[in-house]
Amino acid sequence: MATNVLALPRAAEPTGIMSWITTVDHKRIGILYLVTAVIFFIIGGIEALIIRTQLATPSSTLVDPATYNQVFTMHGTTMVFLALMPLNSGFGNYFVPLMIGARDMAFPRLNSLGYWLFLFGGLLLYSSFLIGGGAPDAGWFGYAPLSERAYSPTHGIDFWILSLQLLGISSIIGGLNFIVTILNMRAPGMTLNRLPLFVWGTLVTSLLAIFAIPSISVALFLLLFDRTFATSFYLPGGSGDPLLWQHLFWFFGHPEVYIMIMPSFGIISEVLATNSRKPIFGYAAMAFAFAGISFVSFTVWAHHMFAVGMSPLADAIFAGMSFVVGVPTGIKIFNWLGTIWRGSLRVNTAFLFAAGFIGQFTIGGLGGIMLAVVPVDWQITDTYFVVGHFHYTLFAGTVLALFAGTYYWFPKMTGRFLNEKLGQIHFWLTMVGMTMLFLTMHYVGVLGMPRRIYTYGPNMGWDLWNLIETIGAFIVALGVLFFIVNLFKSMRQKATATNDPWDGQTLEWATSSPPPAYNFASMIPVNSPRPLWDAKYGPHSEFASNPKKIDLSGGGNANVHLPNPSIWPLVLTIGLVIIAIGIIFGFNGGALALDISSMGMAVQSLPIAFAGGIVVFFIGLVGWIAQPAG
Amino acid sequence: MSAVGKLEHGAHRAGQALETVVDQAHSQELHAATSTGLDHRKLVMWVFIASETIFFAALMATYLVNRGKVTPEDGPEHLNLAVASFNTFILLFSSLTMVMALQAIENAKKRRMIFLLAATALWGLVFLGGQVYEYAELIANGITFDSNVWSSSFFALTGFHGTHVFVGIIWICMLIIRALRGGITENNHLAVELGGLYWHFVDLVWVVLFTIIYLI
Repeated sequence: MATNVLALPRAAEPTGIMSWITTVDHKRIGILYLVTAVIFFIIGGIEALIIRTQLATPSSTLVDPATYNQVFTMHGTTMVFLALMPLNSGFGNYFVPLMIGARDMAFPRLNSLGYWLFLFGGLLLYSSFLIGGGAPDAGWFGYAPLSERAYSPTHGIDFWILSLQLLGISSIIGGLNFIVTILNMRAPGMTLNRLPLFVWGTLVTSLLAIFAIPSISVALFLLLFDRTFATSFYLPGGSGDPLLWQHLFWFFGHPEVYIMIMPSFGIISEVLATNSRKPIFGYAAMAFAFAGISFVSFTVWAHHMFAVGMSPLADAIFAGMSFVVGVPTGIKIFNWLGTIWRGSLRVNTAFLFAAGFIGQFTIGGLGGIMLAVVPVDWQITDTYFVVGHFHYTLFAGTVLALFAGTYYWFPKMTGRFLNEKLGQIHFWLTMVGMTMLFLTMHYVGVLGMPRRIYTYGPNMGWDLWNLIETIGAFIVALGVLFFIVNLFKSMRQKATATNDPWDGQTLEWATSSPPPAYNFASMIPVNSPRPLWDAKYGPHSEFASNPKKIDLSGGGNANVHLPNPSIWPLVLTIGLVIIAIGIIFGFNGGALALDISSMGMAVQSLPIAFAGGIVVFFIGLVGWIAQPAG
Repeated sequence: MSAVGKLEHGAHRAGQALETVVDQAHSQELHAATSTGLDHRKLVMWVFIASETIFFAALMATYLVNRGKVTPEDGPEHLNLAVASFNTFILLFSSLTMVMALQAIENAKKRRMIFLLAATALWGLVFLGGQVYEYAELIANGITFDSNVWSSSFFALTGFHGTHVFVGIIWICMLIIRALRGGITENNHLAVELGGLYWHFVDLVWVVLFTIIYLI
C-alpha cells in the first residue's frame, strides 16, 4: 500500500498545539480532561483554604460575608462539576476503550465536543468573577428563592445557570458515548459479566448521568425564566413553590453523588485486585451492587429535604430507601476486604490510597446512615455534621480513589512511575489532614455549628475544633503539593515502565506504555473478567513466577486507519458559549441587545450575541456533518 | 457434560476462535460487527431518547403541580381544544408519513421518500402554526408567559415541545438535502430511520401533553 498516498494510514502521533485542539483520540481527550480538571481541583482547593482560614478563628474578618458566599458556592460547584466529574471522565476516556479492547470511543468527535463544553463551561463560570458583577453566591445547590433575582441581583447566578447547562450537555453526551462504547465495542468474548469493574462503574455512572441531568436542566431553565422573564415558578409570592426547585434539583443531586463515586468504586476494585494478585472477590455481587446502588439512588432524593415538612409517610419511605443503599454499598466494602484477604499484597502508594479509602469511606457511609434517620436529621441538618459527612464520601471516597488511580495508571499513561517516597508522604499527610479536617466537622456539627456561616462568636465552644480543622486543611493541601511536585518530577524522569508493571489483569496492560494511537494491533480471547491474567498464567491460575509475555501493541507502527481530527466540536462549543453569553446579558436589555419590539414580537429585544452564537453553532454543525467521520 | 453440551461448547469455542481472527494489517476495527449487533448510531439514538423522557417528565411534573393553582378564567378555560385536537391529528398523521418515507427508501423508491419526508416536515410546520395560533389567542386574552404559574408552566411545557418539533423539521430538511445529493440510498438509509425515531418520540410526547393539558 505504500505506493498509494491516499491510503497511507496515520498511525504515527501528530504533534503540535493544533493536533491537541483537533484531536479525537480518546487517550488525548482523557489527558485533556485530567489536566484541566486537576487545575480546577487546585482552584477549588484554594477556595477551600480561604474558607478554612476565615473560619480558623472566631469573628474573623479575612473576607466579608458577600465574598464568603461566593467562595463557598464556587468551591462546591467547582469540585462537583469541574473537578470530580471530569476527573472520572478523564480516566474513563483513557481507560474504558483500553479495558474493553477497543480502538477508540464509539463517537470520537462527540467525545471531543464533551471536553470542549467542559472546558468552556468552566471558563464561563469563572468569568463571572470578572464580568458578572460577582460570582454566584447561592450555594452549589442554588436553592430558590435565594437564587432568584430579588435575592441575588448580580449576573453571578445567570452565569451559574448557563455554565451548568453547558456542563450538563457535556456530561450527557459523554454518558451517551460511554454507554454505546461499552455496550457495542467490547472485544470478542467480553460479555457484560466479564467487564472490568472500572468499566462497570463508568457504565452505571453514564446511565445515572443521562437520567439525572435532564432534571436539573429543567430546574435551571425554570430558574432562568424566573430571573429573566418574571415568571414565578419558585416564588411563593406568585403562588410558585420553592420546594419544586428542591425536588427537581435533588432528583438530579442525589444520583449526582453516585455519578461521582461509581467510577471510583471501579478504580478501587482494579487497584486492590491487581495489588493483591488475586481476582476480585465476588465479581458478580460487585457488578450487581453497582446496578443496585444506581437504581436505589433514584428513590432517595427527598432525604435531603426531611426538614422542609413533608408528610411522615414520605419521610418514612425516603428514610427506608436510604437505608437500603447501605446494603449494596456494604457488599462492596466486604468484597474489597475479601479481595485483600490472604492476597500476596504489593503495598505501594496506589494500594495505600485504596486501603485508606475502604476505612475512611466506611465512616462516610455510616454518617449517611445516621442522617437517614429522620429525627437525627432534624437535629443535625444544616450543621457541620452534614458537611463532614459528604466530604467523607466525596473526599474520602472519590478523591482518595482518584489518587489511587493516578498512582496506578500513571505508568500506563506516560511510561513513567510516580515517585513512591513522595507518594507515601502524600498518602500519610492526606490521611492525617483529612481526619483532622472532616472528622472534627462531625463533632462541631453535633455541638451546633451551622453550615454556610461566614463567622461565629468566640463564646460558642467551637474555637479549638475549627482551628484543628483549618490545620488539617493545610496538611491536606501540603499533601497535594507533594503530589503536584511528584507529577512534574516524574515527568522529567526516564520512561522505565514496561507494558505491565503491576502484573495486571485487564487489557490496558497488554499494550505498550503509553499505548500507540490505535491501542491494539491484535486481540487476545476474553474468557473471564481478567483476560490478561489468563493469557499470562493460563485460565483459572494462581499468581506464579515467569508469566508469559503479552504485547498487543504491534510495535507501535501497525497499519491502522484512524478517524480524522476535527475542529468542528470546538466551533460548535464556541457557538454555544456565545449563545449563553447572549442569554445572560441580552434579554435584560443589555448593551448586546437589538430592539425588535416594533416588529410586534413577544420578546422585547433580541440579543445580538444570541443570534451570532446561533450562526456560529450552525456553521459548526454543517461543518461537522459535511466532514467524513472515518 | 452431555454430548449436546460438548457439541455446543465446541461450537461456541469455534465461534470464538473465528471472532478472534484479526486482520492485523488493514483492519479498521478489532472486530467487525458491534457487540450488540445494533449500529452505534441507532443505539445512541435510543439512549438519547431515554434521557429526553426525564426532561419532559420534569416539565410535566411542573405543569401538574401548578395546574390546580389558578381559577379556570386565569388560563385553562381559554385553551382551544379544537385547535389542539386538530394539531394532535396532524402530528399523528406526520408519523404515518414518516414511516412511509422509511418504507419507500427500503423499497428503493427515493423520489417517493423525498416527497413523504417533505410532507412530514410540512405537517410539522402546520402543527407549529396551530401552536402559534393558540399562543396568539391566549395572549389576546391577556394570558402571557408571566401571568401566573399555570400559564408559565403551560408555555414552558408546550414551548419546549414545540422547539423539539422545530428541531425535527430542520432534521428532516437536512435529510432531504442529503437525499437529493445522493447521500441516502436503499442500502444506506439509517439516517432516515434515526430521524424517524426522533420524530416519533416527539409525536408520542405530544400525545401525553395533549392528555394532561386538554383532557384531564
